Amino acid sequence: MKAKRKNIAVYILLFLFAAVFLAPIFIILLNSVKTNFYISEEPFSIPTGEAYAGFKNFVKGFTQSDFSKAFANSLIITVFSVAGIVLLTSMGAWYIVRIKNRFTKVIYYLFVFSMIVPFQMVMYTVTYLVFELKLNNLPGIILTYLGFGSGLSVFMFSGFIKSIPTEIEEAATIDGCSPLRTFFLIVFPILKPTAITVAILNSMWIWNDYLLPYLILGSGKNRTLPVAVQMALTGGYGNKDMGALMAMLVLAILPIIIFYLFCQKYIIKGVVAGAVKG
Amino acid sequence: MHKSLKKYFPVFLVPALTALAISFLIPFAMGLYLSFTEFKTVNDSVWVGIENYIRIFTTDKTFLSSLWLTVKFTFVSVITINVIAFSIALLLTRGLKGTNFFRTVFFMPNLIGGIVLGHIWSLIINGVLGYFGVDITYKSEYGFWGLVILMNWQLIGYMMIIYIAGIQNIPDELNEAAAIDGASPAQTLFRITIPMVMPSVTICGFLTLTNSFKLFDQNLALNGKSADTSLLALDIYKTFYDHTGLKLPQWHGTGQAKAVLFFLLVAVIAFIQLRATRQKEIEH
Repeated sequence: MKAKRKNIAVYILLFLFAAVFLAPIFIILLNSVKTNFYISEEPFSIPTGEAYAGFKNFVKGFTQSDFSKAFANSLIITVFSVAGIVLLTSMGAWYIVRIKNRFTKVIYYLFVFSMIVPFQMVMYTVTYLVFELKLNNLPGIILTYLGFGSGLSVFMFSGFIKSIPTEIEEAATIDGCSPLRTFFLIVFPILKPTAITVAILNSMWIWNDYLLPYLILGSGKNRTLPVAVQMALTGGYGNKDMGALMAMLVLAILPIIIFYLFCQKYIIKGVVAGAVKG
Repeated sequence: MHKSLKKYFPVFLVPALTALAISFLIPFAMGLYLSFTEFKTVNDSVWVGIENYIRIFTTDKTFLSSLWLTVKFTFVSVITINVIAFSIALLLTRGLKGTNFFRTVFFMPNLIGGIVLGHIWSLIINGVLGYFGVDITYKSEYGFWGLVILMNWQLIGYMMIIYIAGIQNIPDELNEAAAIDGASPAQTLFRITIPMVMPSVTICGFLTLTNSFKLFDQNLALNGKSADTSLLALDIYKTFYDHTGLKLPQWHGTGQAKAVLFFLLVAVIAFIQLRATRQKEIEH
């Protein structure tokens, strides 16, 4: 009896916490179907009657900000950067671990060192360099993300490769496999769990990153989703179309939440693995 | 195998190394050098010695004030986030039904990007303050506590997951033995649970510490318009790109010098973290 009452108290607490956690998203949802006047006057009321705007805001938010273009840019940059990071850093890490000498050790520490340096340290100079090399475009930013993402990824792959016995690889070599075949046919399949973790951590970071794409691609036709949101909510003078902005926030969150609900298990596992190792 | 693989250096390592050189190694070296120069664009840099570093502590007042703000913000965030996350983790490890649902809900804000998060909270906080006829720029305390609330909302779920893993790793025998000995729930908490999850506390402590210390996107979206709630990262950004008031275009060198100091502070934290986790491993 006593234990049961205690459980009810725990549930009440948990539901209260859950309500607090969901409230901000719920409030944005409410406001995305309100007319402009009611968003600024009564941000916390339920939209009824003349306050209800239907899906007008979504249509405006979608067309005004050229949302689909920003969404496509973000998607292309994230997919290609993450694929590149997983492929190149797993190859690099395998080489570093298997060819153990002073040279590869120095290279390994350069990768690890890049992890602890905050972005502001290279913010100005990397922007300068990227513009000098004419890399201020989509392929260029993908290359830049490869560099920024390589530190943590090389670190995580190396940690895992160290625990793999070399016998299988040696057998493959004796059978006449070239290093490339050995890597792709034997080593890479074993690396799959780490590859998933690396892919998830980098996707979350690159999809949400604001400053690098803003500095390199700007707010023009190549802008990414976070840049589009920031521009719409801070740029320009005069009356802002708050309804369209609320709809944009909802549209920006929606893909992440859907992705999360489908791949929850992998995401939580990946994030925890990354936290413990990083 | 070693001999045949060794020749493949250009195939296996050069691509990743080239990317690292372009986005990190070369810009890092340039950044170090430029912090001792005065420049508007990189090409016109003139060596000025440690003048930029002197300016940070004399003419420019914003670095020290934003450093102090960052320290206060980090201190408050680390404590509130970890206390709340640990408490929720305790509630979710009692073997109740529906635990997964709550875990999903609490973790979700962690996936939303800093810019979007900042604007969500900007709307809510300004909506509440609107009833009193003011907004978040009215007082710097509003901006500060707004940032603390936002940070809690974002990171509690993440830390909670790590604490849950830590609590579930405690062997059942320990809790059973305590129950047989008649330990009260409070005694079990302080004598068994908390000492046993200390490794998780170290991980979460440093994760919240570095995340709060390096915060940028959320700060820009929530407090971008007020001058006195810039944390260090945003202050460096403003020294480079926001030439209002005292900050002149030729102060780029000063911005770079601030960035070097910022890097050194973060490196010190990382070094202490490494030592703390290494020591733990030896003890166990």
